[in-house]
Amino acid sequence: MQIYATELMGAEAYDAQGHFVGRVREFFIEPADQPNRISHFLLSRGRFQPLLARYNQVGAVAPGTLRLNCSERELALYTPNEAWLAVRKDLLDQQIIDTQGRKVVRVNDVDLTEQKTNGNVELRLTQVDVGLPGAVRRLLQGVVGPGMIRKLQNPLPQRTIRWEFVNLIEPDPLRRVKLRITHEKLEDLHPADLAEMMEELSAAERQGIIASLDEETAAAVLAELDERLTTQIVEKLDPEKAADILEEMAPDAAADVLADLSKETSEELLEEMPGQEASEVRGLMAFDENTAGGMMNPEFVFVGETATREEVLKWMRSQDLNVDQLDTIVLLDSDAKFSGTVPVARLLLADAEQRMAELKTEPLLGVPGDADESDVFELFDKYNLRMLTVVNSESRPIGTITVDDVVSRLVKK
Amino acid sequence: MNWDVITTRVDAVKSRGSDLQKRLRGLRHRLTLLLAVVGPGLITSNVDNDAGGISVYTSAGARYGYALLWSLIPMTIALYVTEEMCARMGVITGKGLSDLIREEFGFRPTFFVMVTGFFVDLANVVAEFAGVAASMQIFGVSKYIAVPIAAIVVWVLVLKGTYRQVEVIFLFACVLYLSYLFSAFLAKPDWLDAARHTIIPNLRFESGYLVMLMGLIGTTIAPWQFFYLQASFVEKKVGARQYPQARADVLVGSVSCMVIVFFIIVCTAATLYVSGHRNITDAAQAAQALIPLAGRGAGILFAFGLLNASLFAASILPLSTAHVICEGLGFEAGIDHKFKEAPIFYWLYTILIVVGAGIVLLPHAPLWKILIFSQVGNGFWLPVVVIFILLLVNRRDLMGEYVNTLTFNIVAWVTAIAMIILSLVLAYTALFQGTPTG
Repeated sequence: MQIYATELMGAEAYDAQGHFVGRVREFFIEPADQPNRISHFLLSRGRFQPLLARYNQVGAVAPGTLRLNCSERELALYTPNEAWLAVRKDLLDQQIIDTQGRKVVRVNDVDLTEQKTNGNVELRLTQVDVGLPGAVRRLLQGVVGPGMIRKLQNPLPQRTIRWEFVNLIEPDPLRRVKLRITHEKLEDLHPADLAEMMEELSAAERQGIIASLDEETAAAVLAELDERLTTQIVEKLDPEKAADILEEMAPDAAADVLADLSKETSEELLEEMPGQEASEVRGLMAFDENTAGGMMNPEFVFVGETATREEVLKWMRSQDLNVDQLDTIVLLDSDAKFSGTVPVARLLLADAEQRMAELKTEPLLGVPGDADESDVFELFDKYNLRMLTVVNSESRPIGTITVDDVVSRLVKK
Repeated sequence: MNWDVITTRVDAVKSRGSDLQKRLRGLRHRLTLLLAVVGPGLITSNVDNDAGGISVYTSAGARYGYALLWSLIPMTIALYVTEEMCARMGVITGKGLSDLIREEFGFRPTFFVMVTGFFVDLANVVAEFAGVAASMQIFGVSKYIAVPIAAIVVWVLVLKGTYRQVEVIFLFACVLYLSYLFSAFLAKPDWLDAARHTIIPNLRFESGYLVMLMGLIGTTIAPWQFFYLQASFVEKKVGARQYPQARADVLVGSVSCMVIVFFIIVCTAATLYVSGHRNITDAAQAAQALIPLAGRGAGILFAFGLLNASLFAASILPLSTAHVICEGLGFEAGIDHKFKEAPIFYWLYTILIVVGAGIVLLPHAPLWKILIFSQVGNGFWLPVVVIFILLLVNRRDLMGEYVNTLTFNIVAWVTAIAMIILSLVLAYTALFQGTPTG
């Protein structure tokens, strides 16, 4: 049979002899033992110290009543335990992440199922209620009888989330470990979805989630998050962890984050980062945010213009390239100066022996690092670009701007 | 085309203005830092001077001249102290007031706060549209044209605009309140006398005077503004590091709100009170009476100020109310959702505007009673909200080191208790003596 947490809160508890013991005020799950079993019931007795009934001391449950299968003397006195999840305090009215629906929702009620085992009744948490029925139960509980409430809520549209898709948010790292809360399920979500959900949480909760994600996911989420929130989070992270996350980010994204921090903090984080990454980021930070240099990514793929298609493909296979983001290759002439670009699609259709110089697109376009971003937007618009090369005063390529950099800048405006 | 053609062109432009550009950039940077935070406090405090508020200030000036001006200073303090707590909660926790009430006090208290809020705010929305109708009548526009247009403008503005665009429009509306400053100057008041009454308290123990005093306080500090203020700081993503700027925003907002009130009272005191038009009950009447006394300009400016205030509040109230209710009860909310994703939010929003504007259009609408109801409702709702705020802001697990200091707590509780007593008495007199403003 199904029973709701609301129907049990305030329920009268009787012992095996039928004597009134107290009222149920709270119940707990012990995640270290079983992730969904109600392990303990807190019975309050007015001014006496509350008692605790274990799951195997419960004989029967019904809306409004709890019958024990033992006498009152066998119950333990209640002492708080941080490793228990309290249904009323930690779950009801709190926000959780629905990992399947990819949404942050607020818990109205909790659905429990009875499971009869030798001589006692165990309650298992099956799903959380985030819809109207739960709200109606919470509102009317104790005002009208349980039968009436069930009749009223039945026609309402259900909105529930199965317990295995529920991700709890606990800002306190110690308690998180005790409650066995991991954010592994969050790591499977798309970083952009996760970033959007995090905007609805409190500052402390956001901090907790970022701190518990692996560095790669954390970096991807921070790159998607509103920059004000990113700054707030990075500021409060442990510097070592922050540096690890920044290292995982694309250098241009890391430079954007660091530019918003105070001088001392960003210096401290750069010190923590490995030399090469740090110097790349420093190089980018020298450019004003609103210039081509401030938009570019210094990591790009370049080859000599005399190479054949076959040589280039062979070289590319041997490298550990991020191919998802790769759609244009930069060409260098014999002086290592910028001489053109080749879209990957052209490479695909070319003959094996064709030289790169024959495949390049016209016209030859490049901008200096200190060009204003509006010049960059104009070029992208005029020539329908997907990528633009940034060059230094000696006309050597120093980075590339891709169309998604332009889109995110324009959206922000 | 060659890439160095482009570089030379860019370089040429650059060298011409690089110095100026750098300086401009520095200025722009500092300005964005400030603008990144400023807004919520300024908007919230000013929107407080809504149609109902302006009517009360007007009748205060018309009936008692400068005699009530002294109350503005303690009111500024009360406004600042209460708003600052909400700003702080928003900035530190990153959550709205209704979210926090729900999480810390449970479903049922939240539900009752939200339902009360809905009806009280609805009455306030009616008052705002009544203000639109009254001010447009002075310009010779029938309410059957003005009110539907205003309702549509409000509905579209909020649903089609982004938060930033809407905020810019709202900040501009704050500037338009300066029309009261000009009408005050046109009224040629005795500035020395006004200044003297502002600094030296002048407490009279007559029932009419006391009721008017309570009316002033009751309309200036409205409970819904706390929800709106906190939500705006959250929506602007202002963090703990920018708390000093947020506090400055609230301070500037509270002071500027009271400065406008000062000019409204001075304007009506110098004209209506002096010439004996002492039984003015609303702002539209005042604007009408001003025309022969201080010239057409002053009257028109006064009416324009009322229109601006009413429209401004009518844009904010329904949105804020729908947002707060949905957040507290756990429904999807926010204008970045589509109608299908957040139906309850959009329905609440639309009902508030349609019903609010619709009541004003009824031929024999009991507008005066609704205005009283909105003030009584504010009076009963305020104590509840303020007590929730004080309990929440002192929770160390939520606020950390940002809980109230002892001094701040003393000031805040004294303010809260004084406000509670005053608003309850105001509600009582409004209920049993008919008019809250004497």
